[in-house]
Amino acid sequence: MKRYLNRLIASPYFSFFVTVLLFLALYGVGMAMYKGFMRPQVFFNLFIDNAALIIVTVGITFTLIIAGIDLSVGAVLALVCMVLAWLLENTGMPLPVAVGLVLFMGTAFGAVQGFIITKFDLQPFIITLAGMFFCRGLTAVISRDTIIITNPTWVAIASYRIDLGIGFLSVGAIVALLTIVVSAALLGFTRFGRTLFAIGGSESSAALMGLPVFRSKVLVYTVAGFCSSLGGLAYSLTMLTGYNLHGLGMEMDAIASSVIGGTLLTGGVGFIPGALVGVLIQGVILTFISFQGTLSAWWTKIVVGALLCVFIIMQAFITEQKGKLSSESSMEGNEAAGPPEKP
Amino acid sequence: MKSLKRFAGSSLFLPVVSLLVLLLFNACFVDGFLSLQVTEDGRLYGRLIDILTRSSSLIILALGMTFVIATSGIDISVGAVVAISAAVVCMLIGGRGDGVAETPMALAMLASVCVGILCGAWNGLLVAKFKIQAVVATLILMTAGRGVAQLLTEGQIITVYYKPFAYISGVLPGMPLPTNLFIALLMVLLVVFLMKRTSIGLFVQSVGINPTAARFAGINVTLVLFLVYAFSGFCAGVSGLIESSLIRAADANNAGLNMEMDAILAVALGGTLLSGGKFYVGGSVIGAVTIQTLTTTMYALGVSADQLPVVKAIAVVVICLIQSKKAQDMFDRFKARRAKKHAGGKAVDAL
Amino acid sequence: MTGALLEMRQIEKEFPGVRALSGVDFTLNAGEIHSLMGENGAGKSTLVKVLTGVYQKDGGTIRMNGREIAPRTPKEAQECGISTVYQEVNLCPNLTVAENIFIGREPKRYGWIDWRAVNARAQALLERLDVRIDVTRTLDHYSVALQQMIAIARAVDIEAKILILDEPTSSLDEQETERLFKIIRHLQKEGMGIIFISHFLEQVYTLCDHVTILRNGELVGAYETARLPRLELIAKMVGKEVGDVRTMGEAGEKSEPKEEVFLEAKAIGATGVLETVDMKIHKGEVIGIAGLLGSGRTETAELLFGIHAIDRGSLFVKGKPWHPDGPMAAMRQKIGFCPEDRKAAGIIGDLTVRENIILAMQAKEGILRHIPYAEQARIADDCIKLLKIKVSGRDQLIKNLSGGNQQKVIIARWLATQPDLLILDEPTRGIDVGTKAEIQKMAIALAKKRGMSVVFISSEMDEMVRTCTKLIVLRDRRKVAELAGDAVSTDALMKAIAGGAA
Repeated sequence: MKRYLNRLIASPYFSFFVTVLLFLALYGVGMAMYKGFMRPQVFFNLFIDNAALIIVTVGITFTLIIAGIDLSVGAVLALVCMVLAWLLENTGMPLPVAVGLVLFMGTAFGAVQGFIITKFDLQPFIITLAGMFFCRGLTAVISRDTIIITNPTWVAIASYRIDLGIGFLSVGAIVALLTIVVSAALLGFTRFGRTLFAIGGSESSAALMGLPVFRSKVLVYTVAGFCSSLGGLAYSLTMLTGYNLHGLGMEMDAIASSVIGGTLLTGGVGFIPGALVGVLIQGVILTFISFQGTLSAWWTKIVVGALLCVFIIMQAFITEQKGKLSSESSMEGNEAAGPPEKP
Repeated sequence: MKSLKRFAGSSLFLPVVSLLVLLLFNACFVDGFLSLQVTEDGRLYGRLIDILTRSSSLIILALGMTFVIATSGIDISVGAVVAISAAVVCMLIGGRGDGVAETPMALAMLASVCVGILCGAWNGLLVAKFKIQAVVATLILMTAGRGVAQLLTEGQIITVYYKPFAYISGVLPGMPLPTNLFIALLMVLLVVFLMKRTSIGLFVQSVGINPTAARFAGINVTLVLFLVYAFSGFCAGVSGLIESSLIRAADANNAGLNMEMDAILAVALGGTLLSGGKFYVGGSVIGAVTIQTLTTTMYALGVSADQLPVVKAIAVVVICLIQSKKAQDMFDRFKARRAKKHAGGKAVDAL
Repeated sequence: MTGALLEMRQIEKEFPGVRALSGVDFTLNAGEIHSLMGENGAGKSTLVKVLTGVYQKDGGTIRMNGREIAPRTPKEAQECGISTVYQEVNLCPNLTVAENIFIGREPKRYGWIDWRAVNARAQALLERLDVRIDVTRTLDHYSVALQQMIAIARAVDIEAKILILDEPTSSLDEQETERLFKIIRHLQKEGMGIIFISHFLEQVYTLCDHVTILRNGELVGAYETARLPRLELIAKMVGKEVGDVRTMGEAGEKSEPKEEVFLEAKAIGATGVLETVDMKIHKGEVIGIAGLLGSGRTETAELLFGIHAIDRGSLFVKGKPWHPDGPMAAMRQKIGFCPEDRKAAGIIGDLTVRENIILAMQAKEGILRHIPYAEQARIADDCIKLLKIKVSGRDQLIKNLSGGNQQKVIIARWLATQPDLLILDEPTRGIDVGTKAEIQKMAIALAKKRGMSVVFISSEMDEMVRTCTKLIVLRDRRKVAELAGDAVSTDALMKAIAGGAA
């Protein structure tokens, strides 16, 4: 029994199981406490309201897998919202061009960060922290006031609802789900994706195995930049504004989601579906607070911070357990290897 | 000439020169920048004094940050801790319109500094005991901390009408300079005392340079890390007092906003490597004054507070590149290649 | 037609100030297991690194099947058919076994990685090596032995013609080693050339056909293993003739151990670190822990200083039972320890000589009881004078000193704490001859004049014999012999290290 339990804890999906259970439990409590939770649309709203966070979380998960970090995600998101709003309202630029331009801008910014970090061997948190301040500041340079988007096509896209019979999803939510699928495939089934896990596991080993470490690391920050800007578009669809303080503190929400979903901060382990559930847990907590009505919104940040702490400490505990287990299972491995059989 | 060369190689070179450049710029373009006046009641007055006064809370933050960075860590929660400390002191004194304090001011100040230490200790626990990366550990408090501050102030801006509260960042009757400048001075003296009379400096540097060797020499690495973060929290707590007294209110959203970046920048400018090791308290102090001068200059140029981070972000990246070993190697190789080419060219000429 | 798979001729390699290889020849035939032997600094690893493209050679030629090659990176070497398995497994612990074998060259289907094929091929490949494990579990589930075999599987699958095994058995037990050897022999039969580097003589004799011996970056010779007696092999490695034990005479004074026992270890050990060691350290004694590299010398020292936890046996300090719990606990028992790896665990590079010297003393005093600067300066100056440390001043940065002087500073650090027992792990490695002699003399003087106990660890047998009055001989992480008094001689030591079959 104990052995079975140990096996379970050592499983790479253990953290994921805990997360899913936590989500179900929270949702169950919600349903017991509030009638509103029973409606299927409440569930779909989790995706609609958190579309941007889902996309940004995917980006940050990439950086965490290689034991890096990107603190600039929230600020890039704000910058993208702002630039898009400014372009649509103050220039006659057609919508597709503007969207393409902001996507390119965010991606390029990520690439520059990645290049500086990798080429000069600097700590990623310092450079991306600077990136965060840079983008926030730049957003304020463009406009210190809120710019409201009135572009009819963009507004139409924002209010478009995809009917699912029992509820509906927004365009942003669909984009978020697509991002999840594509990134999961990228991480699970391509050489690029697997190289990231190898780098996270041991960068020197990855180099000795002949894997393209430099290129992959720069690419990771580029992907993070792309995800932040895509997230920015999704955010813009919910808010329809450009504003300096959009996505403030989102980097922690994203890191928390990723970690709650089973990503190890020490690198080498990351699970995209887990990250999605991580976001959904935060979404449920938000829904709680809004249903409750009297609790202040500030509780969200505190609860998310507390959750992050709990999960990080749990990770430390699991890693320790695993260390103990591997000495046990080495015996097991020998048994399994057993005496060689003659063919 | 020789002493000039020695100065150029010292850790103070960069911050002092950038400070001088900024001062020169201001002296040229801002009217009456260098003038000092004495008011009737014996107060010193002028733009230079203003800058120095304004930089007091940054100096204090930079002191704490210096130790943290020396252990090759970082504390990005200081801004949020400033907000919490500000919230605590204002909440305790209370926003009563008749100007009566609900709690004695000394007690309220003590409580808010203690809360600062508590926040730092929490960071220290996560970093030293649970071995969480410093960025992530302090990121938690950076974001959640503002939430805590909001909670304490119930989302309101608490304005304190109790008169003596303003003295923390104002001028006490009969004193020539504002109190916060003296507080900063006191903190600097405290650090100087710690450096001279305790071994914390030696231990911190050892842990930052070579943690294994430090452990082998019997240093309690966990304890040193914990203390360093707790001290940073203490500094942030004191800064919170100054910041709140300056506006006589607790603004959970804006108190200490972006100050973590300023503090990191001040330390880096002061010559302490962001990768840890040797640290320079004097450099950090001058670095803090320089950053404040930069901020003031930018305001004078019409840059607003929320746009300012652009400039500072660029400054951080530039300092990182200057400090980077790899960039230095590249530069050296480039110089060597050019020298070679030059020599080669001469040889060809000789033929 | 020479038939040689690999011919390295007149290989030269120089590092700033050191000639690492001079005129070394090495020949490897297909279907041969060839051992490369030599003590620390002999040039084995430099030779291997030149071959695998980690270092560039300064002179000489490398031919493979008669064609000249010059690999510049590990990847190029791999493409030439040279694969290496290192002592510490260079795989990723977080990936599955199958993925570790195939990463970077996974079979694909419609552009996506075909996991079924990856797993099936990995399974088949490992079965070829007689390893039957679940390839879909992550690498960290398996023992180092199995990881080693997985690394070999990866190396072999990259169509290697030459396989270099750099100390593959240093962390394996007997059974595991046996399994590994089976695999190596299997590969040998398939016509692969294998270079086997190990400090375990036993293993070299059971496995290898030929042995090439290096010493001080020069070739001593290449021999058929079966025709080279063990004793002669060791003699060649350490540069002594068999029977040449006369040098002993000039040893001069030695320490005079007192009756009183300072520390006694009864069958101490720690899982995965050390099997069992007993020893009694008397007051005023210089005791040596001898053995080849990897025999457990350093591990014994680290157990005594509380760096690893002891999980078997018991320790007594001055007759009282003691359980070491971290360096500070050991320091309170007045034990000092100069670690083997001076750079990684000894010096604090960016601090001054003075700060490095007072560090341990200050740590013992605590943060608050600061040693005043004048006092620090006095202690530092005393140490500098006593140990004849060559510095421009006490405030010179330690990283700018030579290796020997850095070592003296570390010794000074411990002397300042006034220890009763000083453990010196390889205090003379990589430093010049003059300083070496000084350190040896100092160890004896400390024991004699101050009544200190000194544990001395060194790879150089001469030095051990000259310095110590008692030798604890370790092999394969356990104590195999104890030499005392007149029995302390190079000859006896060599025999003890070589084991019964000498």
